[in-house]
Formats: sequence, structure tokens, C-alpha cells
Amino acid sequence: MRNEKRNTPAWLDQVLRAGPPHSTTGTPHDADATALADLRSAAARLARRIAAEGLADVSYTNADSPFGPLLLAATKRGLVKVAFPEQDVDDVLERLARRLSPRIVEASAPFDDARRELDEYFAGRRREFALPLDWALVGPFGRRVLHFTAKIPYGGVSSYRQAATAAGSPRGSRAAGNALGANPIPIVVPCHRVLRSGGALGGYGGGIDRKRWLLGLEGAIPASSDAARSSG
Amino acid sequence: MSKPLPPFQRFLDTHRGEVWRLICASVPRSEADDCFQETFIAALRAYPRLRAGSDLRAWVLTIAHRKTLDAHRARARRALPVADVEEHGTRTTADARPGETSRDEALWSAVGALPQRQRSAVVLRFLADLPHRDIASAIGCSEDAARRSLHEGLTKLREVVPA
Repeated sequence: MRNEKRNTPAWLDQVLRAGPPHSTTGTPHDADATALADLRSAAARLARRIAAEGLADVSYTNADSPFGPLLLAATKRGLVKVAFPEQDVDDVLERLARRLSPRIVEASAPFDDARRELDEYFAGRRREFALPLDWALVGPFGRRVLHFTAKIPYGGVSSYRQAATAAGSPRGSRAAGNALGANPIPIVVPCHRVLRSGGALGGYGGGIDRKRWLLGLEGAIPASSDAARSSG
Repeated sequence: MSKPLPPFQRFLDTHRGEVWRLICASVPRSEADDCFQETFIAALRAYPRLRAGSDLRAWVLTIAHRKTLDAHRARARRALPVADVEEHGTRTTADARPGETSRDEALWSAVGALPQRQRSAVVLRFLADLPHRDIASAIGCSEDAARRSLHEGLTKLREVVPA
């Protein structure tokens, strides 16, 4: 450091640190919009190449919904995570990085089918999802519970006790409830169709208002008129 | 506990501006896009093997520097055998804009005309803000040699472009 200080007048130091004109996206050359445009186009080309060559282990995107933007994440196997709007994106991505792989990039194209199927579902025009799923975030017991859940038909409901029984643990209603609450792929894996044995709604990872709204959409209970956006 | 690796997209968003700047300071603009692609593709491939808590900034800027050297080498192979690679400037007349002959422009074309080691040392020191130790490992020389290259480069810049 001392070496350069002796050897570098302030102006030279400043100009060198600023970088060549028309390359910077920060001060002091930011008046030149082409630098930013060039960087953006390079970044866009990079994203296309990563997608085309399948270099990412996990991709993610946003999908519109009546609840607000959902975060969708997928591996090469299939959809691995659906997060509600109030969940912190960085937090979700950091968890995915730890649990699956840090090779996570944003990409829209791999989610074209998911986006379309969700749109159709929310419009009442789709009764089941045909999306490939990746259960990597779910343990063995949770997987049994959610596999059972995935088979409950549109418009139907089941109970925590039935889910527990199907998972091989008839007295494990509470554990089944926890597994459902931790469902990483809500809506697509319809954990909202599992209720308390008496018919009370029970809980929902995305808030009880959303559970009521989804069940109303499917005609399992009278449709709720209140806003789908609020969480319970 | 060291911090776990951030999701690659966050890493990319954080460092892409600085990577772009370093690349633009080292190769002609027509090659910058390719260098940028190669840098982040290489980073993405190697990313999961990186130790948590690594200096990600120094790591990716070092990769970017390596890719700019690759670009110089590729250009040298394409060029006529008489061309002196080492003294080959990175700024072409096509990069210069009419009416812009400011001191900054002159300085950066002088940086482009520096011998490779000196250019690397200047770019890594001032644009990447790397310590001498990292500059030495990026160039593949001793720390003293890196200091010397930097000193020689700066001396040359002062001669070419007087304040």
C-alpha cells in the first residue's frame, strides 16, 4: 500500500479506481447508460446460457396468484418449493441453498407449465396438477402423509387422523398435522384439504383464511367472500 | 461458524457490476460479453465446491482476470505472428469516441498498452482492490514480483499521462 501511495498521485488513484469510461455502472460515469445496458444484456445472455446448458441445480421464479406473488423453486426432478408472498425470499433461498445446493439461479422459462397450471387452478378451470414434484425437502414420514394428501380429490376433504393412519401411524394425528404444516409445496400438494375430524378447519401454513378460500374455490365449503390476500 | 455460501443468484447480483468493470478495463469491449459469460459459468460450475466463508469477491474477480488473459491469448493466436502480444493494447480506435480525448481516456488506453503483468497488477490493485497477496496468486508470481509489476506499471502510466 505504502508503495503505491508514494507512487500514485491522488488523481491517478482516483481515475484508476473509477475504471475506464463507459464501463462503470456506478459513479462517476453512470451518466453513460450504455454501460448498464451492456451489463444487462450480458447478464441476460448468461441467464439464457445457464438455462440452456442446465447448469443450475435449483431455479426459482415468481408466479402471480390471488394471494400475491408466489415464489416457485424447482430442481431438475420437479417443483420442490412453493412459498407464500409474506415469506422472505432471501430466507427461502438461503434454506434451499443449505438443504439442496447453492447453485440456485432465477429463471422464468422452466416454470411455464407451473405458472399456467396455477393460473387455471385459481380460475377454477383445473382440478388437479400434472406437474412433476421433487420431495427432497420432506422426510420419510412427511412424505407418506403428503403422498396420501396428494390423492385427496378436488372438492373433497380428509382428516388429520386419516392422514396419520395412511402414513402408518394411526395415533400420530399431531405428527401428521406438523407434516402438513411443513408441506413445502402447498396448493399443488393440497394439504388444505385435510381438516380436523369434527370438520373444523384446523391449521394452515399459509394462514387459515387462505385455507378457507381454497376450500371455497374447490366447492368443499361455501365460498368465502373475503379477500384471498389476507393471511390468518 | 463461517457463513454458508449464499444462493448463486445473490452472489451473481452482488458481484456482476465489479466483474464487468474489471473485464472492461482489461479487454476490448467487443470481448467483454464473452469474458463475462465465461467468468460466471466457471464460477457456477465450481461454486458448490467452494468452502463456506471464502472471500467470494476476490475469488470471482480472480476468475474474471483469468478469463481476460484467455481472451488476450486467443486474440494473439488469431493475430499475425509478428504482432507482439505483450505490448498489444486493449483499446482499439473503435472503442474511442469522437471528441473524447480526455485524460481518463488517455490513461486507460495507456493501461491497455502495458505489458500483461503490469496491466494485471494495476487492474487487480485498483479496480478489484485486491491485496498484494491475492494479486500475486492471480498473476502466478511472488508477492514481491507483484509489487514490482505494480510499481513499474504505475511509473509507466505517470510517464505516459502526466498530471
